[in-house]
Amino acid sequence: MVRKSPSGTEGQGLRERLAPPRRVPNAVKEHEDVRASRGHQGIVKGPSRSEVLGNRLGWTFVSPTLLIIALLFIAPIVLVFVMAATKWTLMGGQQDVNFPENFHKVFADPLLMDSAWFTLKYTFATTFIIMPIALGLAMLVQESRRWNNIIRTAILLPSALGIASSSLLFYALYSPQVGPLNSILAKLGLMEQNASLLGSPNGALWATVFLVVWRFSGYYMLLTMVGLQAIPPDVYEAAKIDGANRFQSFMNITLPLLKPTLAMTWIMSITGSLLAFDQFYVLTKGGPNNSTVTVVQLIYKYAFETKKDLGMAAALSVIVLVALVVINFFMLKSMGVNDEED
Amino acid sequence: MTYIRPTRRGAAVAAVAALMVTGLAACGSDDNSDGANATSGDSGEVTMWSRAPLERQATNAVDAYNANHDTQIKLEILPNDDVEGKVGAAVQTDTLPCLLAGDVVRVPYWTQQGVFADITDKIDSLENLDDLAVGHIEAGTYEGSKYTLPFVQDISVLVWNKDLYQEAGLDPEKGPTNLDEFVDQAEAVAALNKDGVSGSYLSGQSGGALVFTLFPSVWADGEEVMNADGTEALLDSDSAAAVFDAYRELAETTNGLGAGSQEETGATWTAPFAEGNVGVMPYPFTSVSGLFDTADFEIGVSGIPGSTGGSSTFLGGDAIGISSSCQNVDGAWDFLSWLMTDDAQQEVFADNNDTAANLSVLKNGYADADPRTQIANAVIENGRTPASVNFNEAFNAAGSPWQLLIQNAVWGDDDSLTDDNAAITAILGQ
Repeated sequence: MVRKSPSGTEGQGLRERLAPPRRVPNAVKEHEDVRASRGHQGIVKGPSRSEVLGNRLGWTFVSPTLLIIALLFIAPIVLVFVMAATKWTLMGGQQDVNFPENFHKVFADPLLMDSAWFTLKYTFATTFIIMPIALGLAMLVQESRRWNNIIRTAILLPSALGIASSSLLFYALYSPQVGPLNSILAKLGLMEQNASLLGSPNGALWATVFLVVWRFSGYYMLLTMVGLQAIPPDVYEAAKIDGANRFQSFMNITLPLLKPTLAMTWIMSITGSLLAFDQFYVLTKGGPNNSTVTVVQLIYKYAFETKKDLGMAAALSVIVLVALVVINFFMLKSMGVNDEED
Repeated sequence: MTYIRPTRRGAAVAAVAALMVTGLAACGSDDNSDGANATSGDSGEVTMWSRAPLERQATNAVDAYNANHDTQIKLEILPNDDVEGKVGAAVQTDTLPCLLAGDVVRVPYWTQQGVFADITDKIDSLENLDDLAVGHIEAGTYEGSKYTLPFVQDISVLVWNKDLYQEAGLDPEKGPTNLDEFVDQAEAVAALNKDGVSGSYLSGQSGGALVFTLFPSVWADGEEVMNADGTEALLDSDSAAAVFDAYRELAETTNGLGAGSQEETGATWTAPFAEGNVGVMPYPFTSVSGLFDTADFEIGVSGIPGSTGGSSTFLGGDAIGISSSCQNVDGAWDFLSWLMTDDAQQEVFADNNDTAANLSVLKNGYADADPRTQIANAVIENGRTPASVNFNEAFNAAGSPWQLLIQNAVWGDDDSLTDDNAAITAILGQ
């Protein structure tokens, strides 16, 4: 990478710092000189000069990322833990430490169990619908046939829309006043013309699940497709020669080799659904009658709507964080994914 | 270790540099705001927040003031659902606007939390203080100090569609004077069995709309909805139960309550009446006054009746105060004191068929106004503004215990009123 300068002196300093000493004879010489001169003075305890230089350079390269992580990731997490142990109201600001009162208040709220149960129900519904659809779509469009590019684009297109925007779109579609769905469903005799699709607890849940499936199937299809294409074709060829039919090669080749990808998509889908907020905030506002309040919505309610208590909201955030870590840990375990498989 | 030190020093230098940059940026913004304040005093710019449902009235007031004052009010309208979050965030970051107008039921909490600046002396120095509506001043009174003045008055009235009354064989000039008549007349309209037309309408999942429309019927009977401190709900009284039963009867009648009543979240609850599809219902006066000229049907207006024949109203709307972080208090007070004058109340509110906050204007300023505006104004003296620190959580918030009480009392199990009332008390008393 370093351009050789005619004199050979210009690039040397830089090269000496960048490259491992062994590859550059000049530097090795210098390096040994340093060691030798030090050796005369006694036993070398610390790292050598060039190692220190290399370390320092490494830290310099890492530091922008480190700074961003510290500012945007570590600091907020520390702040959430501090908040969770503090009386901290929306208008009154930070007051004194009151651990564990915030947690007591959160656990005393009857809405907590309702929202946790609903969030789990929603997560199961979305994940068990989206994942097979995504896998099916990916297998459908993985080979390059004539219309596949168009089909792939069409399926992926909803993912380009923000979740809030798509929720708003579906809010209009579901509206009894302006949406087209009501009159269609009413003509089919499935519902009354003026009733709202979002009006009953089950209606609100499945209407939201439908939106999320529409919005995310293409996205997970893309991820699954990448995994499918990483499977070497000769494995299938070998199976074919051995007389395996399509179903057998799917069960014995595709699924096992796709396992790391599937583990990733399942975890992404489950984590994403457990943290659902936007779609419910726009579509149902937690209604009707608190039947579609998710855990994250409850955090929002604590902070800005009902309690106006940032301490309680932070306490629930900490609980959710711990729950997510535990759930993901067991998911990774149960899918048999370990570090080596990456 | 000596070799590591330079790295640390480097980091320290970087940190200091970063601090200096942000410090300079902070100085820069300070300079800016100081500059703005320097030119203010009696002139300059004053920022103000109001909420979307009262945009028309707020714009009227600000335009009228800006037209002939050096100080210019810069009005920002917040979506109704975002008010709490935005104000909370602004308090934390010290970026509140100078003038803050908010739903009068939210004002006690804001006042208690120190959102507003104490302007007791200024309010007491107003010449026509005795003429001003007390509800909005009391809502912003905390530990003897006064923080807010009335901004926009929004009262609830009973409205009926005279065209539908005619069709149903009712006297279009006579609205209901008690709850029984209300139910009878709504049922008569429902019996027309016209497509999309219903006897009445209720905003079943909007706690704010429900207190606005149902509380007056309780007050009309001389009963209370909360104790004097606002720490205990009294909604299991016979009087309150009679109100819920009236709506329950309509909900069980075909076309009694408009389709979507149970699911209505408040976003579109005024639309069915405005479209001529509802016989009779409690309604915000700020909305119906705009319909007098535009609707293609005739509208009747009266106070909201109770079961024994009295009538009352919810004195809602927005109170306004100067925020605790305001730098230009004089400029902000100049606007407030102007708004309280008879002339301003006449120009901004009375001339636009809106409700003035000034009693003398209410009495004398509507001679040329629509007679229905005069009917509505006459109800104000029986009107009430409930005040409780936790009002928003107990009543207005989505999924509040009050919303659940109505869902049960009108559409669900009839026998949970005592428990539901206790759930509201649990929130109010915390």
